[in-house]
Amino acid sequence: MSAGFNLGPVEQVPFGEGRAFGVDGEQVAVFRLRDGSLRALSAVCPHKGGPIADGTIDQSVVICPLHQNAFELDTGCSTTGAEPLTSYDVQIDNHQNIILRTSSR
Amino acid sequence: MTAVTDKTQPQSQHKGQHRMPGPVPAVKGKRPPGTPDARRRLVVIGNGMAGARAVEEILARGGAEQFTITMFGDEPYGNYNRIMLSHVLSGEESDADIFLNSLHWYQDNNITLHAGVRVERIDRFTKYVFANNGHVVPYDVLIIATGSQSFMPPMDGLYTPSGSIKPGVFTFRTIDDTRNMVKHAQVEDHPSDRRRRAVVIGGGLLGLEAARGLQSHGIDVDVVHSGGHLMNAQMGPDGGAILRRSVEALGIRVHTGSRTTAVLGTDKVTGVRLRDRPDIDCDMVVVAAGIRPNVDIAVLSGLHVERAIVVDDQLRVVDEDDIYAVGECVQHRGEVYGLVAPLWEQAVVLANHVTGADSAAAYLGSRIATKLKVAGVEVASMGLQGPERETDEHIVFSEPSRGVFKSIVIRDNKMVGATLLGDSRKVAYLTQAFDKGLPLPEERISLMFDLGGPAEEQGVAELGDDAQVCNCNGVSKKSLVDVVKGGCNTVAGAMDATRAGKGCGSCKLLVKQVVEWAADGAVEEDPAASYYVPGIPLDKPSLMAAIRKQGLRSVSSVFAALAPGSAEDAKSKMGLASLMKMMLGDQYIDERDARFINDRVHANIQRDGTFSVVPQMKGGVTSVQQLRRIADVAEKHNIPLIKLTGGQRIDLLGVPKEDLPQVWADLDMPSGYAYGKSFRTVKTCVGKDFCRYGTGDSTRLGIDIESRFQGIEAPAKLKLAVSGCPRNCAESLVKDVGVVAVEGGRWEIYVGGAAGAHIRKGDLLATVDDPEEVKVLTGRFMQYYREKANWLERTYAFVPRVGIDHIRAVVVDDAEGLAAGLDAAMQASVDSYVDPWTERDDPLTPGQFRTSLPLTVLPQVPVR
Repeated sequence: MSAGFNLGPVEQVPFGEGRAFGVDGEQVAVFRLRDGSLRALSAVCPHKGGPIADGTIDQSVVICPLHQNAFELDTGCSTTGAEPLTSYDVQIDNHQNIILRTSSR
Repeated sequence: MTAVTDKTQPQSQHKGQHRMPGPVPAVKGKRPPGTPDARRRLVVIGNGMAGARAVEEILARGGAEQFTITMFGDEPYGNYNRIMLSHVLSGEESDADIFLNSLHWYQDNNITLHAGVRVERIDRFTKYVFANNGHVVPYDVLIIATGSQSFMPPMDGLYTPSGSIKPGVFTFRTIDDTRNMVKHAQVEDHPSDRRRRAVVIGGGLLGLEAARGLQSHGIDVDVVHSGGHLMNAQMGPDGGAILRRSVEALGIRVHTGSRTTAVLGTDKVTGVRLRDRPDIDCDMVVVAAGIRPNVDIAVLSGLHVERAIVVDDQLRVVDEDDIYAVGECVQHRGEVYGLVAPLWEQAVVLANHVTGADSAAAYLGSRIATKLKVAGVEVASMGLQGPERETDEHIVFSEPSRGVFKSIVIRDNKMVGATLLGDSRKVAYLTQAFDKGLPLPEERISLMFDLGGPAEEQGVAELGDDAQVCNCNGVSKKSLVDVVKGGCNTVAGAMDATRAGKGCGSCKLLVKQVVEWAADGAVEEDPAASYYVPGIPLDKPSLMAAIRKQGLRSVSSVFAALAPGSAEDAKSKMGLASLMKMMLGDQYIDERDARFINDRVHANIQRDGTFSVVPQMKGGVTSVQQLRRIADVAEKHNIPLIKLTGGQRIDLLGVPKEDLPQVWADLDMPSGYAYGKSFRTVKTCVGKDFCRYGTGDSTRLGIDIESRFQGIEAPAKLKLAVSGCPRNCAESLVKDVGVVAVEGGRWEIYVGGAAGAHIRKGDLLATVDDPEEVKVLTGRFMQYYREKANWLERTYAFVPRVGIDHIRAVVVDDAEGLAAGLDAAMQASVDSYVDPWTERDDPLTPGQFRTSLPLTVLPQVPVR
């Protein structure tokens, strides 16, 4: 069973940046890539608790602002040897709202 | 099979080797039983380190499928590490510990080993070898690896009348030599009224090792050396003199320039006679006066021998198609080597050629770089011992009391030789520079010492596995080594994989050394090392030229136009954003996602995701009104920590992101820029208005400089200071730009200083009369740095890299005609400055100041 959450208009997230949302008791960082697509990962860096939504991104990774650990936006896997982040399914619906599913785990 | 076979096989296990019971052979014979073996016959004369290594390399290239292998070894053992014999002598290792290949290894690899059998002759026309026990063995391919023997210098009394070596005289070459010495040293048949005493003939590497080893058995040792100084093959007289001090400090007596003319005693050793010196009484003589290649077989068999067996670049004996030679018995391009590293290189080429794995493989000689511990003293030596041409540079450092000596020879800006004694910290780097001909720092002394860097306590090799290399990210030596062993062989790759060196960066040199050490010289040059940012394959001048030429104005357009596959790269964004802002000023299209979080919200992120707020306080001067307002703001916002910074500012710590606009509004002060890769602060002392020593108005000048250059971005942060007198209370000598007032109304300007992760005293750029001139030169220097420095390269690295003389020529003397352009570019940056804290009223992006962490409960959204 997967629960879909409407996080509101996609414009909340500027291109190339991330914003954090509280969803179903979880902290989720939603990123809007420069190609317009979205990615969603858990929002707290497993290394030292850094705010992932404040990270710098490109098309494939987000870099945590505290100690520069990098995580794949598609999978949450770290490319720098840290524990992985949780990856969430996230879409934009017909009304340009962010729809996030949390039961992927 | 051929008609003539080995008719005198003494042991059955050597017959029918393919049916040998026991461990499964590494490579099984492919032929069905009973059919002839189509493999060629490889015979190796010599079972020492060279012979065995050559066979290992051949096996590694599938040699077992091509060859049946037979080895002859003079010594009745498997193969052992001769280098370690000194440790066996000293008792640090047992003789069992130094075996490289036991007899089982030969069985497992189907190698027929004739241990303790000496080959006496080769018939190179019919292709047989003849052994001293009557064996006659045919070969298709022959490898001669007969090595060396100890050289016995001519002297009287070496032999007993019956012709055997006099009891108590030893050579130091084989495991039996070593065992015999140990046995002799431990026998208690000596007069008990005096300490036992040995004379070592030869003060080279081996002689010193023997002396140290004997000492560990409680024996008094004298070293007699015919050369003018110790280890004259590896170092010049100055180094030798210091080594002598260190060796004598261990209690070993040294007699240089002295020849042993006779061994005294009738039936056993009682002493030695020296030329021009008194006799020395002793119970034991160890001859370590060098080695001579074993070439008797080769000479007897009509092979080409000069000082040793002459081989070509494929290690083939000259004029022979099927006979190779390898190791210490070989003369290649006029060189005969007596160390292990060349032997390894030779074995690889030989194996490539013999097996056909790489028929084009060629051995071109070895550059000899050795790093050893001789008698407890660190010794490294490579290339030339001293200058040979008038134009050679020779850099020498000598500190006899600590036993430290360093000598480096430079020719045409390349290192061609080095000797280091007693301090091996720079050895890894120097070996690289020597092997690869790396460009050398202009400041030559940094070849010998880490100036201003954190002290490396030990050589890389000596570091324990769990030693922490990167103190920021807690990366151990072992983690780095594991990554390299796992196949990563660039320094940058290893840094990425472990995050070593990704903190303050002060360990980068050590990280590099560890990686190079772990890769054993196989480090690949990292092409990305010259890139300004990792994601765009261009160095800074090329990148700036491309941006200008193509009229690029945003970071995303740079990726689209210049990145491989037009791919964005997160690690490159911040550097590009800074560079383009510097280059384009208000023409730059500022995409906020290209900024680091600090630059997006104009505050410094803290470990808990909150931020610090530092209001501008020029020159560290404040007022009652400012202090009162800061106190009120801190109280209103429950600021958890108020801290004075090293740059003389007030830091309000623990401000949540969402509170930043309100804090700024309540402060109503400009940003103090304590977060960016930018001009940060000017620290000042109180200056002449108050200080009784002050000679210049340092506070005024500091405030003026800060007013002019506030917030300009740079490749890395810039911290400045102005001191009012040479007492330097503002620490101007360790700032990126530091100004010091000196008597007579003059101002000294220092650049490239640091006192953080690195310590470096700044270089004097200029001394000027006028504070206005200070501002001009400061601005011009900073602009030159902005345009020329690598991303994240602080001035303490930039200034020595470029050279203070060059910087002075450009900035002060305008030797390149750049001054007007630099001044104009800096003026444009100054003019386009806007206080970023004004964004508080009008966030530039949606949710610019929205929290990214659950510092407060986030709004929950309903289930759809």
